[in-house]
Amino acid sequence: MMRITPFLLVLMCGSLSAQEVPSIELKDLGDLTVDTRAFVDAAEGPVLFCFWATWCSPCKRELNNYADLYPDWQDETGVELVAVSIDDPRSMMRVKPYVNSVSWDYTVLLDPNKAFARAMQVNNVPHTFLVDAEGKVVWQHNNYADGDEEELYEELLKLAE
Amino acid sequence: MTRHSLHLSAAIAVLFPFILVAQDESPDVGQITGNVQMLFQTYQEDSLIGAQVPPSKTGFNAFGNLIYTRGGFSAGMRYESYLDPILGYPGRFRGSGIGYRYLNYNKEHFEVTVGNFYEQFGSGLVLRAYEERQLGIDNALDGFRLVLRPTAGVTVKGLVGKQRFDFDSRLINSPGIIRAFDGEVNLNDAIESWATAGTRITLGASFVSRFQTGSTISKDTLILELPQNVGSWGYRAQVQKGGFQLMGEYVRKINDPNADNGYTYRDGEGILVNAGWSTKGLGINVGFKGVDNMQFRSDRNLQLFDLPVNYIPAITKQHTYNLAATLYPYATVVQGEVGWSAEVFYTIPRKSKLGGKYGTKISFQYATASSLDTTNLSGVDGLVDGYRRNSWKAGEDLYIRDINFDISRKFSKGFKAKYAFFHFDFNTLATPVTTDYKGIVNANVHVVETQVRIKKGHSLRTELQALFTGTDMKEVNGEMTPVKQDKGDWATVLAEYSISPHWFFSVLDQYNFGNPNPDQRVHYLYGTVGRIEGAHRLSVGYGKRREGIFCIGGVCRAVPASNGFEITFTSSF
Repeated sequence: MMRITPFLLVLMCGSLSAQEVPSIELKDLGDLTVDTRAFVDAAEGPVLFCFWATWCSPCKRELNNYADLYPDWQDETGVELVAVSIDDPRSMMRVKPYVNSVSWDYTVLLDPNKAFARAMQVNNVPHTFLVDAEGKVVWQHNNYADGDEEELYEELLKLAE
Repeated sequence: MTRHSLHLSAAIAVLFPFILVAQDESPDVGQITGNVQMLFQTYQEDSLIGAQVPPSKTGFNAFGNLIYTRGGFSAGMRYESYLDPILGYPGRFRGSGIGYRYLNYNKEHFEVTVGNFYEQFGSGLVLRAYEERQLGIDNALDGFRLVLRPTAGVTVKGLVGKQRFDFDSRLINSPGIIRAFDGEVNLNDAIESWATAGTRITLGASFVSRFQTGSTISKDTLILELPQNVGSWGYRAQVQKGGFQLMGEYVRKINDPNADNGYTYRDGEGILVNAGWSTKGLGINVGFKGVDNMQFRSDRNLQLFDLPVNYIPAITKQHTYNLAATLYPYATVVQGEVGWSAEVFYTIPRKSKLGGKYGTKISFQYATASSLDTTNLSGVDGLVDGYRRNSWKAGEDLYIRDINFDISRKFSKGFKAKYAFFHFDFNTLATPVTTDYKGIVNANVHVVETQVRIKKGHSLRTELQALFTGTDMKEVNGEMTPVKQDKGDWATVLAEYSISPHWFFSVLDQYNFGNPNPDQRVHYLYGTVGRIEGAHRLSVGYGKRREGIFCIGGVCRAVPASNGFEITFTSSF
């Protein structure tokens, strides 16, 4: 019982806010420091955080598929996509050459020791979060299969309304 | 600390902020997020593949994380269960309890963490506390950490703690104490006149020290004192200009006789250099790594996965296709190695003659690692220092040569295809992934992957893979006969049907059709059904899985053969 008590008490307090983007400092591919929370606050529209890695095939499939749709999504909903790489020191330096070679037009952040992934409760990649202008997570999806972008697009349109 | 007081402290940690806001008229009680991961496995005996049944007949690993955040304050904990641990996980993990808990306070100029935390200095060559849950690796520190950000572009970190070692219904930490400091300055952020410069430069330095009680060891006639304090330090620099990037790190370690180096006293040294250049459609990356006696642990007597203080990345990349990833995966030889790699990514532009309507992606990589160029010392020098390194050139023994290439193309809205090729020259003496072959295995792997859109939301992905090992001439019944190396040739077929966004079904068959022993030409058939609801995922699998090596980030663990059900559930909120 002792073990469950803190969980129950916390839940009883009620009126907890929805999951929000925490403030974690990460480097982008230009070696600039980006605060994840400040990024969301500065964005004019919704933000899509996609956790990925160079060794994760479904992640790259997801982000390559989104790349074709991204200009339309931006025009229609003002969304900004942030691809958060959890590549560790073994493959961290491969991220920028790969990203440039496939011409992604996203902000790419490096999270080599998974500080942001941990704070966002990411168990495994790909994991995608749609965040509204207030920084609240309004939709998330773990895994990627071709066609998942259709559900995401509907969610984006709902936010844009 | 007793178990109950530990739970009590966790309860207080979580409740403390609520008590504070209780008197507030408009309570902003903060937010709670969490995740759960459960893995349940049943075991059936299968003598053909060597699948064993543990006494409990089932295995269960589960993790529940909870983070409470309010403003700059956060508190978190992880509840873990190993009832009993899944085979292939560290078998000493037992029971249920809290394996990770912390309080953190983050203000503009500083951050304090009390309890458990993960940390990485530079590329991790002197310090990396991290978690790879699927491998059972978790060397989180337990103590205090202070991060200072006195001015723009400057970060100073200091920490003192013990590392997580074991779990027996509670966290069990290392005997050694770690004390570590790191400073990093980004010149462009720190110096106002450099703010808009096209070249960005970051410099850093670290110092890490371990204290562990120790007495003496005897070697022949020598009685040697075991140093109680071991020091390691490093310097690093990173330069970026447009598409160009350069990263270098140099590290040293002294006073560290340990189980990995045969209790010798020579200094450890390591260099990591990486340079890349990229522009739209093209990326190039080259790397050099030399490490000599750089493995550092918070217990000098442990080896393999236990209590690493630092992280030495492997020079090869992590492969994802089943046969390329699991039969001959390379992990760093921690005693010492030297290697380099070169990689090119290129996209043939869309709407060009060769690129097709959507463009064609190509990548090529060459990576190799060898033993160090050393001379063994004799007499007292040999007992104390072991060997002398002559240069950073490659030594006599090849550890790995990995050449890989892939080309992928989207042919239409509903059809994509990819071909990948891998060649490995893999030294099984350096990375002992198999007991069936001692020496260099030559293997070629071919993979064809296709993806077809059947109708809206329905897609079918298939992989056809084949691995061919080289042949050796061996005397069989008095005649020289060509015999396949190791377990011989393999084929894998994978079909995965997804109905977006909720369902997936997959069937995987691995067939060891070319095993030199006809009795071992076995099919390993495994099927999975999964359901996804946003951030919640349930999957049920059944079948045979071969004994193999499971790797993440260059660290690998042997997983025994198994036959049975596997149910996994992951969820975050």
